[in-house]
Amino acid sequence: MISASLLSMTIFLPLAAAAVILLFIPKENVLFVKYAGLGGTFITFFFSLFLYFGYDSAAGGFQFHQKIQWIPNLDISYHIGIDGLSLLLILLTTFLTPLALLGTWNSIQVRIKEYTIMVLLLEVGMLGVFASLDLFLFYIFWEAMLIPMYFIIGLWGGPNRIYAAVKFFIYTLSGSLLMLVAILSLGYFASTLPQGHYTSNLLELYRIAPMIPPDWQMWMFLAFGLSFAIKVPLWPFHTWLPDAHVEAPTAGSVLLAGVLLKMGTYGFIRFNIPLFTDAALRAVPYVCTLAVIGILYGALVAMVQTDIKKLVAYSSVSHMGFVVLGIFSMTEEGMQGAVIQMINHGLSTGALFLLVGMIYDRTHTRLISDYGGVAKLMPVFAACFLIVSLSSIGLPGLNGFIGEFMILFGAFQSPFLGTHAYTVFAALGIILSAVYMLWMYQRVMVGPVRQNALYGGHHLNDLSRREICVLVPVLIFIVWIGVYPKTFLRLSAPLAKQTIERVESIKMGEKINFTELRNVR
Amino acid sequence: MDVYISDILLNAPFEIVVLTALIVLVLESTRGTRPNISSWTSIGGLSLAAVAALTNLGASVETFGGMLQSGGFANYYGALFCISAVMTILFSRNYFERQNYHRGEAYILLLFATLGMMVIAASNDLIMIFLGIELMSICLYVLAGLFRHRDRSNEASLKYFLLGAFATGFLLYGIALIYGSTGTTNIASIRTAFPHVSHDLLFLTGSGLLLAGFAFKIAAVPFHMWAPDVYEGSPTPISGFMSTGAKAAAFAALIAVFSRVFGPSENAVHQIIALIAAASMIAGNVVALAQSNLKRLLAYSSIAHAGYMLVGLAAGTADGQIGVMYYLAVYALMNLGAFGIIGALETENDQNLQMDDYAGLSEREPVLAACMAVFLFGLAGFPPLAGFFGKYYVFLAAVKARLLWLAVIGVLASLMSAYYYLRIIVFMYFEKTKAESVPISVPMSVRWTVIFCAVLVLLFGLFPSVIVQTVLRVLF
Repeated sequence: MISASLLSMTIFLPLAAAAVILLFIPKENVLFVKYAGLGGTFITFFFSLFLYFGYDSAAGGFQFHQKIQWIPNLDISYHIGIDGLSLLLILLTTFLTPLALLGTWNSIQVRIKEYTIMVLLLEVGMLGVFASLDLFLFYIFWEAMLIPMYFIIGLWGGPNRIYAAVKFFIYTLSGSLLMLVAILSLGYFASTLPQGHYTSNLLELYRIAPMIPPDWQMWMFLAFGLSFAIKVPLWPFHTWLPDAHVEAPTAGSVLLAGVLLKMGTYGFIRFNIPLFTDAALRAVPYVCTLAVIGILYGALVAMVQTDIKKLVAYSSVSHMGFVVLGIFSMTEEGMQGAVIQMINHGLSTGALFLLVGMIYDRTHTRLISDYGGVAKLMPVFAACFLIVSLSSIGLPGLNGFIGEFMILFGAFQSPFLGTHAYTVFAALGIILSAVYMLWMYQRVMVGPVRQNALYGGHHLNDLSRREICVLVPVLIFIVWIGVYPKTFLRLSAPLAKQTIERVESIKMGEKINFTELRNVR
Repeated sequence: MDVYISDILLNAPFEIVVLTALIVLVLESTRGTRPNISSWTSIGGLSLAAVAALTNLGASVETFGGMLQSGGFANYYGALFCISAVMTILFSRNYFERQNYHRGEAYILLLFATLGMMVIAASNDLIMIFLGIELMSICLYVLAGLFRHRDRSNEASLKYFLLGAFATGFLLYGIALIYGSTGTTNIASIRTAFPHVSHDLLFLTGSGLLLAGFAFKIAAVPFHMWAPDVYEGSPTPISGFMSTGAKAAAFAALIAVFSRVFGPSENAVHQIIALIAAASMIAGNVVALAQSNLKRLLAYSSIAHAGYMLVGLAAGTADGQIGVMYYLAVYALMNLGAFGIIGALETENDQNLQMDDYAGLSEREPVLAACMAVFLFGLAGFPPLAGFFGKYYVFLAAVKARLLWLAVIGVLASLMSAYYYLRIIVFMYFEKTKAESVPISVPMSVRWTVIFCAVLVLLFGLFPSVIVQTVLRVLF
């Protein structure tokens, strides 16, 4: 019983913390609010560790099942469970949220109580998305999460925050509403089968999915896919991302880049490929083309940015392109690489946003041209920045390398891509990433100390003990994944294998006679 | 015609409302106006009626010689109307006081309007529906023009009356034609006769006219022109009542006539309803985008919501009916709450109604702003709030009835609506308070009513089964 509700407790612990803060802590007591928020997220992290140790990775599949009837006449239930992929992403979420709060301890000065509550609610939404095994439940978490993010950008963001918040909201919503129609159609399809009934139970839908006629599959694939493509974001649906990132406060950017973007790629792996395999196979060349364009476009645009945060934002477009390429290479290596790259991107981009936030708190500028020679004033900061940048570039020995290598390997040998051009161009993206990251590092960190009004006058303090505490755990994982990725790969291995087997079996042409099936009814 | 004791007992909610209305009427006419006593008496009577309705949600029984259909279906709506009326009165008390117009007659009219709505929902005969609609409408015409000295209010009343009278003409003519082709006005008998007349031009014309009359009452495109002016000009809590109670009543009639008579079969009427639904969703939301007056904005949004609900009816299936009945209940909560807040913040002479008057509301009135945000996100159809599940259900019904195009138009229209609901939230939360904004004191009774609505919107969103199971029991 404990293990059955452990997952639920993990998901809703932040909600409980938010409720306690809302009802019992006066907003004047700022420090108490902050500690309560931090405490709530930390306890959530510990709960998720129990999930990690309790998960039997040899057995694979969905574990920590819990299913409670919710709306019986539509076969909607509160149905949760996690497999290796969900577990990794849940760990990433619970790991990054406390760091995001701690890393921005003093950056938020107004409405701290509301801010803490919003971050906690956001965490509930993110965890719920990764654990849902019911499409209705998934959709609720997926949408509900927009509201706290909207407030985080709109209330505590930069000068252009209202535009960015509304754009983020409308963009994401436009994708997900079409997904809602696809969810309804999927349930309706289930009810047209012999002895079928309307359902939103994912496991049940997995079972009947191969029977969906190809034209339906294509439409549903597009409806789900658009929603996820916007979230990832896949080029050309990325335009909300730079605005949202630049305007969001640091914690918002960290969680946006670290976790929210992963929900898109998670959706591809969890829903698009296993449910609409046939359509996914047909879409491979198109999706991969968009992914590669995204890789190159993101990198090239990042190169010419004058704002550090915007540079990191565009680099996300590039890196997430890799993840999509890995997924749609439809090979085990590619899929595994994509999963590990999702974690990598969460860690390194999250850390980059934290670092940018830390220096912004000191100087209140993010323009590259305002900086120079920061390494002389802040050596520890510069060292951390270097490691994270290198990880983002994909230096062997650090985490980025593993993911990108596996993705390229998968894409190279993929039987579905047909040409090596994808791999060649994607590899070019890695070179470009070295260019923009190192060039930025050079302009900001080395060279003569800039003598300008912003920080020339007074001394720039190096990282405080709190800030180091935030960064060290991330650095540990960056090296850990780089040196011994097996800890994490073994979790996602069964899923990758299973998905590819499913793809292979569809490809082998186990064609089902649809007309016969329809006629039974 | 025999009247049995059981008929009287089964219709207890009606009698309670009638008695309350008569008591208030006598009190007002003999002792001079005492708004406080009148309002609390009305609240008491209506609450009692709501409880009486909620205790009997069983199967429907024909009473009064087949004129009424008492039981679950009628009582579900009855409770909805009574609760809406109670909330309207709670908001009105403070509102009329601040507008220097606190008189008891408003409550008498409200009670009779509620009675009319209840009659509509319980009718088993087209004549009863007509009587109910007239009773409701005439009270609402007067309520719209309650501020006798204001041009806007007069305009609203006159416009509502003229166009309403016209719609009533349609309705009556439709009833006459249906009577002409089937020889009866009893809904159950019409249903029996339906297979024989389903292609009869007389019958179809009659149904079309009936549909036009109802579409006017729910403010669906193209019969919506009155709604923005009337909602804007009427006293704010009354606008809330019109947009929820009157709409729900007309929907009850629509379900009674069209779903019961036509059934789920595919026919021209369902296609017409689907077109009206699509037009309402699109037109309502597009025009709402351009509004800056909140009452007007909510008027257009209510046109769009009529469209969403019609999607359920266009499906013509049981799912559609369940969806509509759920939607009506939660829409009443959200819209009454929103109008309640607007009324509470409105100052004399229709001031403080513009969107930018709400700038920085979250700093001045954090609780009211949060509740308003709940209502607006709910109206936009955001999970986990109740509005989401309403839309989910009606769109589900549409998909199941092979009206995928309607569901797609519906979600795209919701996307548009998100933009204008968000704009209000932008003003409340992201903008700074204007220097010249006047502080307003909102009494506790209004505050708690609003909070109550907001909590229910959240709870019914999280546990929609509570309502859905009730509706299932009432319908089948």
